[in-house]
Amino acid sequence: MSEPVTIRLNVNGARYEGRCEPRKLLVDFLREDLGLTGTHVGCEHGVCGACTIHFNGESARSCIMLAVQADGADLHTIEGLATNGVFHPLQQAFHEHHGLQCGFCTPGMLMVALDFLRINPRPTEAQIREAISAVLCRCTGYRDIVRSIAAAAETMRDNSAGAPR
Amino acid sequence: MLRREDRRLLLGHGQYTGDLVLPRMLHAAFVRSPVAHARIRSVDLARAAAAPGVAYVLSGIELARLLPTVPDHQVSLPSKWRNTVKHHILNPQQALLAGDKVRHVGEAFAVVVAESRYAAEDAAALVEPDFEPLPAVVDPEQALKAGAPIVHEQFATNLIAELAAAKGDAEGALRRAPHRLARRFHHHRYAALPIECRGVVAEYDERTQSLTVWSSTQVVHWVRREVAATLGMAEARVRCVAPDVGGGFGIKGHVYPEDLLIPFLARKLGRPVKWIEDRHEHLMCSCHSRDQIHDLEIGFDGDGRILAYRDRFVTDIGAFNPIGSGVMYNTIAHLAGPYRIENFSAECKVVTTNKVPNAPYRGAGRPEAALATERAMDLIAGELGLEPAEVRRRNMIRPEEMPYSLGIVYRDGEPIVYDGGDYPAALEKALAAVGGLDDFRRRQQAARAQGRYLGIGLGCYTEGTGAGPFEGARVRIENSGKVFVAGGACPQGQGMETIFAQVVADTWQVDPDDVVITLADTAAIPIGFGTVASRSTVTLSAAIHHASERLREKTFAIAANMLECGPQDLELRNGRVGVIGVPDMEVPLGKVARAAAPGWDHSRPAGIDAGLEETYYWEPPTVTWSYAVHAVIVEIDVGTGGVRLDRYAVAHDCGVVINPMLVEGQIIGGTVQGVGGGLFERFAYDEEGQLLTGSLMDYLAPTASDVPDIELVHLHSPSPLNPLGVKGLGEGGAIAPPVAIANAVCDALAPFGAEFNNTPILPEQIVAIVQRAAKRP
Repeated sequence: MSEPVTIRLNVNGARYEGRCEPRKLLVDFLREDLGLTGTHVGCEHGVCGACTIHFNGESARSCIMLAVQADGADLHTIEGLATNGVFHPLQQAFHEHHGLQCGFCTPGMLMVALDFLRINPRPTEAQIREAISAVLCRCTGYRDIVRSIAAAAETMRDNSAGAPR
Repeated sequence: MLRREDRRLLLGHGQYTGDLVLPRMLHAAFVRSPVAHARIRSVDLARAAAAPGVAYVLSGIELARLLPTVPDHQVSLPSKWRNTVKHHILNPQQALLAGDKVRHVGEAFAVVVAESRYAAEDAAALVEPDFEPLPAVVDPEQALKAGAPIVHEQFATNLIAELAAAKGDAEGALRRAPHRLARRFHHHRYAALPIECRGVVAEYDERTQSLTVWSSTQVVHWVRREVAATLGMAEARVRCVAPDVGGGFGIKGHVYPEDLLIPFLARKLGRPVKWIEDRHEHLMCSCHSRDQIHDLEIGFDGDGRILAYRDRFVTDIGAFNPIGSGVMYNTIAHLAGPYRIENFSAECKVVTTNKVPNAPYRGAGRPEAALATERAMDLIAGELGLEPAEVRRRNMIRPEEMPYSLGIVYRDGEPIVYDGGDYPAALEKALAAVGGLDDFRRRQQAARAQGRYLGIGLGCYTEGTGAGPFEGARVRIENSGKVFVAGGACPQGQGMETIFAQVVADTWQVDPDDVVITLADTAAIPIGFGTVASRSTVTLSAAIHHASERLREKTFAIAANMLECGPQDLELRNGRVGVIGVPDMEVPLGKVARAAAPGWDHSRPAGIDAGLEETYYWEPPTVTWSYAVHAVIVEIDVGTGGVRLDRYAVAHDCGVVINPMLVEGQIIGGTVQGVGGGLFERFAYDEEGQLLTGSLMDYLAPTASDVPDIELVHLHSPSPLNPLGVKGLGEGGAIAPPVAIANAVCDALAPFGAEFNNTPILPEQIVAIVQRAAKRP
């Protein structure tokens, strides 16, 4: 085992500090060292997308990143989506349109969807499908996830005068 | 009703097995065989034991000394089945850690327990086994030949089970049939691939000498029973809980070695132990499925009516057989599908090979049956120049023939009786939902003229659901007036907290918010079966119904005493018990519960015992029959071999529907998994038993851009076999897609004389067919 290093970062707007081996994966650091278990491990080789978070404003697969790469970075995870327990429009839409069953891929789906809708606030169904092809789901068959994201996009457009949160 | 489960899951506050953190918890990593078949001469643990952070190391050799082997823990077969069905079953027992031999790549032969998973994996790499390599057997037909390597030497054979069922005189009818066709169909090896892998956490409590086991499982009571038996503990001292489970689909439907070994380690070490499977492990040790080779011979007349059906199939069960004859007999029971077949014979051989063990996955033998029968329907049509849909119409059992006796028994030993349904209507609706057959044939013609290849394919099936042996429900009225229900079902995403809240709210006329449900916890109800085989809606709702009926009687007896009337004058309304037609004469349920409590001052009439709770174990009379027709239109890119799903429709019937949103989610989810089986997902082994598809880079699951929107048409034939009239549906979607797609591809490539009788259909296969046809003069 090599010497632990200190990592300082922001997650969901809060400052965190932790110490871990340089080889520790970012997803394991978030889950174990910071206690943020909302981000899930589905494959550890960057394919399934369940581990997707936002890293300095862009979606990234935290299972193929090292915690040390996050030193000084600004991260957002599923735990930061709601405000004071009030659902983000994406969460509300997933709830209303049955966009989740077991919930294991859901953190990845939500973070990918959020990033996508910032880039493309008026997506077609085909564009939504392509965007979420980055995350594997075994339960839903994707239809209700697509519908959820389409509904959320509409709500977010209606809600905002400016960019989505 | 929207889902109660959603809130915690959407906030990132779900609690899956991997999220559990206990004080002083240790982490386990398994050492898994890199070879398919070898004798274990010795295992040197010294370097691993000395590695940093390591608390304990154990090999299978040592474990055999520490723990006596536990006899047969497979699902027992009902005596009705055993006395009716020809069978011969040998049952190889899997050690918790391999001690004598390793029998597949991925089989664990040692375990390391350390302060972190990272340290445990470091140490696992230092374990030094001394293997004597043995030749591997990877082809089930080769495995049956003399001289083949034997996986379980105590049997002196790889043929560990044979099953047969028959009706009428298939041989004679075949001989007499004016037309015959014979084909081989191979439904390949693939698996459930839940996004959450397996995991077990166990904690031993010294004070109460009891174990708590958290497992990502579909069968908590079975796990509890086996842990208790293996460790020599009373069941009352073992609790098994499945927390949030990230998908099961059958792969988590039985007891794995890790479910027993992790609790053993926790008790031995006096500290909680956690093991979470990673995906690489998962692909090489969580059970695979399907993998059947069918040799089917069908006799038919000039109108395409089936006169004789004879199927001989081989199942590649891998190195062990955790669910015994379950999947294979399911196949036999579902081969006839929705068709009238007077002369039928099916025989199965179950063969061991040096691969991961084979266990149920969504459909559990039914997709394999559908591939054989539904391809055969299209082949019959081809021979006679008929539309495949027309051949199906002529053979389908009609609604006026219901209930229809198939002539063989189901897995429960009861005669199969299709209890209702309209198969021809489902066929028409599915075809209409993809735009109609005539319209398609015109489009297809026009497309061919332009060098484009469109095809339409059908997949029809029946599905026995709601199987026994039983499910348990405990219903209690609290002093608060809330209704508490505990059940033996184990959710993995189906939305059971919601469905059963609906059922209970309806049964007791309370607000769903006043219903408290506990599932997947052996502490909440002493006996339960679990969630496999599309059974929980049927079996748990019936158990709730019967427990509630008895409890309502008692509730009314006590309320009648309080209201000074007769129980027959009472009804449930708005969380209260009241006199029918008299709005003011009522008492809240909570007050009745308090009146029922034992104590010095109670309001129970003479002869009524204290407490307001009932437990009921419902044993279904037999399965109830769902069915569906899948219709798919494909377009083939003959240059790349790519198959694009243009339209996909499912016309299905699962009886009475409790929550339409959840029903649709199950069908769509299953259908997309079936598409994966038909086109993408595949386990491949080389001749030495090396797993070639060991990561998600090679084992391809369908993504959102691989499937079109799926249209659903609903039919409803209520079940006569349970109080709510419901039927199961969890598995159904996955049954038909592989064969519907195969039929569509064959239809599209008919100009090339293509037959696709195996799954999956890969682009290179299509390209090869097209190029071969192009070379012909």
